[in-house]
Amino acid sequence: MSSITTQNQSLSEPADPVRSYPRFLWWGLGEATNGGLGFYVWMFVLTAISLVGANAWANQVADGMIVTNMTDHVSWGLYIANFTFCVGLAAGGVMMVIPAYLYDDEEMHKVVIIGEAVAVAAIVMCTLSVVVDLGRPDRFWHLIPFIGRVNWPVSMLTWDVIVLNGYLLINLHIVGYLLYMRYLGRKPNPKWYVPFVFLSIIWAISIHTVTAFLYCGLGGRPFWNTALLAPRFLASAFVSGPAFIIIVMRILRITTGYAAPPGPARTLIQIIRVAMTINLVMLASELFTLFYTGGAHGASANYLFFGSHGHYGLVPWIWTAIVFNLVGTALFFMPEALERGNIRILACVLCIVGIWIEKGMGLIIPGFIPSTLHEIVEYSPSLVEWKVTGGIWAFGFLLLTVLLKLIATVFAQEQSLAEAENS
Amino acid sequence: MYQQDAPTGPFLPVLNQQSTRRTALKAAGAALGLAAFGKAVSPLMVIPENVSVDEFLQQHYKEFTDSDKKKVFARLEAETKEDYGADVTISDPKPIPGVRFGYAINLSKCNGNGACMEACNKENNHHRGVDQSYIRVLEMSKGSMDMEQGTTTYDHTVPQDDKFYMPVQCQQCENPPCVSACPIEATWQEDDGIVVVDYNWCIGCRYCEAACPYHARRFNWEPPEIPADEVNPDQGYLSNRIRPQGVMEKCHFCLHRTREGRAPACQEACSTGARVFGDLNDPDSDINWVLKNKRVFVLKEELGTQPNFFYFFDS
Repeated sequence: MSSITTQNQSLSEPADPVRSYPRFLWWGLGEATNGGLGFYVWMFVLTAISLVGANAWANQVADGMIVTNMTDHVSWGLYIANFTFCVGLAAGGVMMVIPAYLYDDEEMHKVVIIGEAVAVAAIVMCTLSVVVDLGRPDRFWHLIPFIGRVNWPVSMLTWDVIVLNGYLLINLHIVGYLLYMRYLGRKPNPKWYVPFVFLSIIWAISIHTVTAFLYCGLGGRPFWNTALLAPRFLASAFVSGPAFIIIVMRILRITTGYAAPPGPARTLIQIIRVAMTINLVMLASELFTLFYTGGAHGASANYLFFGSHGHYGLVPWIWTAIVFNLVGTALFFMPEALERGNIRILACVLCIVGIWIEKGMGLIIPGFIPSTLHEIVEYSPSLVEWKVTGGIWAFGFLLLTVLLKLIATVFAQEQSLAEAENS
Repeated sequence: MYQQDAPTGPFLPVLNQQSTRRTALKAAGAALGLAAFGKAVSPLMVIPENVSVDEFLQQHYKEFTDSDKKKVFARLEAETKEDYGADVTISDPKPIPGVRFGYAINLSKCNGNGACMEACNKENNHHRGVDQSYIRVLEMSKGSMDMEQGTTTYDHTVPQDDKFYMPVQCQQCENPPCVSACPIEATWQEDDGIVVVDYNWCIGCRYCEAACPYHARRFNWEPPEIPADEVNPDQGYLSNRIRPQGVMEKCHFCLHRTREGRAPACQEACSTGARVFGDLNDPDSDINWVLKNKRVFVLKEELGTQPNFFYFFDS
C-alpha cells in the first residue's frame, strides 16, 4: 500500500516537523480519499446532499429569508434548533476525554481522538447553522473582533461566537497534533497537547453553558427564562455526545475493522445512564413548575404538549421525543447495553433523536409560541430549511468521515508496524 | 472539502489500479466536485450585483466622519432612485440636547380604528404587501388585562361595547434587552431615549427580535415593495429610509419628525386624542401632565425594562 511506504519514508528520514507538514497534509488528503466502493458511494451521496444544501442556501440568500417559514412571530426556526443540538454534540464529543485524563483510563486514551473528531465536525455544523440563519451573510465580517464591532461582554451571542471558534481551534490543534506526531512516527509530547485537552474540557462546558445563556437570559421569553436550562443542556450533551461516539465506533469497526477495546464504550454507557437520568429528572422538575404554576410560564408548555386554541403543530414532535427518550433510557439500563449488540445502538439512536427534538424543535420553537403579545402563529420548516439543514448534516458527516479515515489509517499502521517489530 | 468527493460511476471499476492512475481519477473527481459546487452556489452572484464595494466596506454609523456621511447618504439616495424610482432626501437629525421623549396612551379613548398603523406604514416606507407597521393594536376584553384574551386580528366595526383597545409599539425602554442582545452594536439607545438601528450594519441574526418582550422589532424577510409615488421622500438614516432586505427595523418615534419639533405620524393620525407625546424633561409638556395627574402603568413592569411608554385610563 502506498500509504505504508509514505509512512516508512517519513520514518526513515530525519523528520523536520515544520517542513514535512505540507507533505503530511498532502498525504492526509490522499489517504482520506482512498477507499473501497462503499466508501466512494458514501462520499458521493454525502457530497450530493451537501451540494443540494449549498444550492438551497444560495437561493435563500438571493431571494431573501422569505423562502423560510420563519415569521416575525417565530423568528428562529429549524436552523437555530439544529444549532443548539450541534453545540451539545460538540460539547459531548469531549466527554470521553474526561475519564481518560482525570481518571487516567489508559484504554480511553486510544479513543479520545474520535471524540475530538466528532467535536470538530459538530462545531463546523454549528457555525454553518448560524451562518445560514443570517439575513445578511455578506456582512459576516462585522462579527470579527477588531475588524468589525463586537458587543462584548454584554451580548451572549458575541460570547457564543468567541467560545465556539475557540473550541474549534483547540480541538483542531489536538486532533492535528496527535495525528501528525503519529504520522512522523513519534510519541506525542504531552506538553503540547495535555494542557489543551484540559482546556477543551472546561471549554466544552462553557460552549454549552453560553449557548443556554443565549436563551435563558431573555426575560421576555418565559419558556426559556429558567435557571435549569444550562444544566439541562449539559446533561443532555453528556448523553448525545457519547451516544454518537458509540455509533461512530461501531461503524468504524464494521467498515475498517478498527476495533477499539470494549472498556471505553462501557464507560460511555455508564456516563449516559447517569446523565440521561439527571436530564429526565430535570425535565420532570421543569414540567412540574410550568404546569402546576401555570400562567404565562405555562402557556408555551401547554401549546407544546397539548396544543392550545386549536393549534397542535408541536404536539407530535414533543411526544415522539418523550417516548424516544424514555425507551432509549430504559434500553440503556438493560444489562445487554453493556455488551456489543444492537440494543446499545438502538438506545443510542433513540436518545439522539429524542434529544435533537427536545433541545431543538421542542425548545426553540415554543419559546416563540405564544408570542410576547400572546398571539399564536405556528411554524413548521419550509423545504428550503430542510434542504439546508440536510446539507449541513451531510457536510458534517463528510468532514467526520475524512477525519476518521485519517485516524483509522494512522492507527492501523501503528498496529501493523508494532506487529512487524514483534515478529 | 468538496474537492474530496468521489468520482462518478464509470470511474469506479479501476479502483485497484496504480496510484498515479488513481490520483488522476481523484483529480478528475475533484474538478467535477468543484464545478458542481460552483454551479450549486451560483445564485450567490446576486450579492456582487446588489451590494456595491462601497456598501460592503461601509463602516458603523458611529464611525462615520462628516464626509463619509455625505458619501453614504448620496449613495443611498442614488440607490433608492434606481431601485424605487423615487427622489428622496436622507438626513440625520441629531437628538436635541436635554430632551428625553416619552409616549402615553389613553386606553379610555383609543377605539381601535387602526389609523395609527396605517399612518406608520406610509410614513415609514413599510413594505406595502403585508400592511407592515411598527404598531400592533390589541383588542382586549373589558375586565381583563390578560393579553392572552386579546387579539390583533380583529376584523369588524370598532369599538365593540365589551372591548377596549391597546396599541403596542416599541416602548423605548431605559434598559432595552434588544440592545444588550445585539452581537455587533448595530442597535443602540440615543441620548433622547430612542433606540435606533443602523440598517447597513445589522447582519440579520434576529437575536434582538427574540429578546424584545413587546414584539416591537420587525425583520425584512423580503425587499420592501413600495410604488414610486408612495415613497415618503423625507427620510432619516436611522429612521424611515427604505430598509434593505435581511435586516431588523423598529419604531424610532419618527425621529426625523420629532427631533425637528413635529409630532410622530401615529399621533398626528389619531383622531381620538388617545396619544400623548412629548419631552419627559420638560415639566410643562403634555406627557408630564399625564404622568403627574393620571395613574399610569407600563407593560411587563416585572421584567425591569423600564419603558418610556405609558398607559392610563380616564377615571
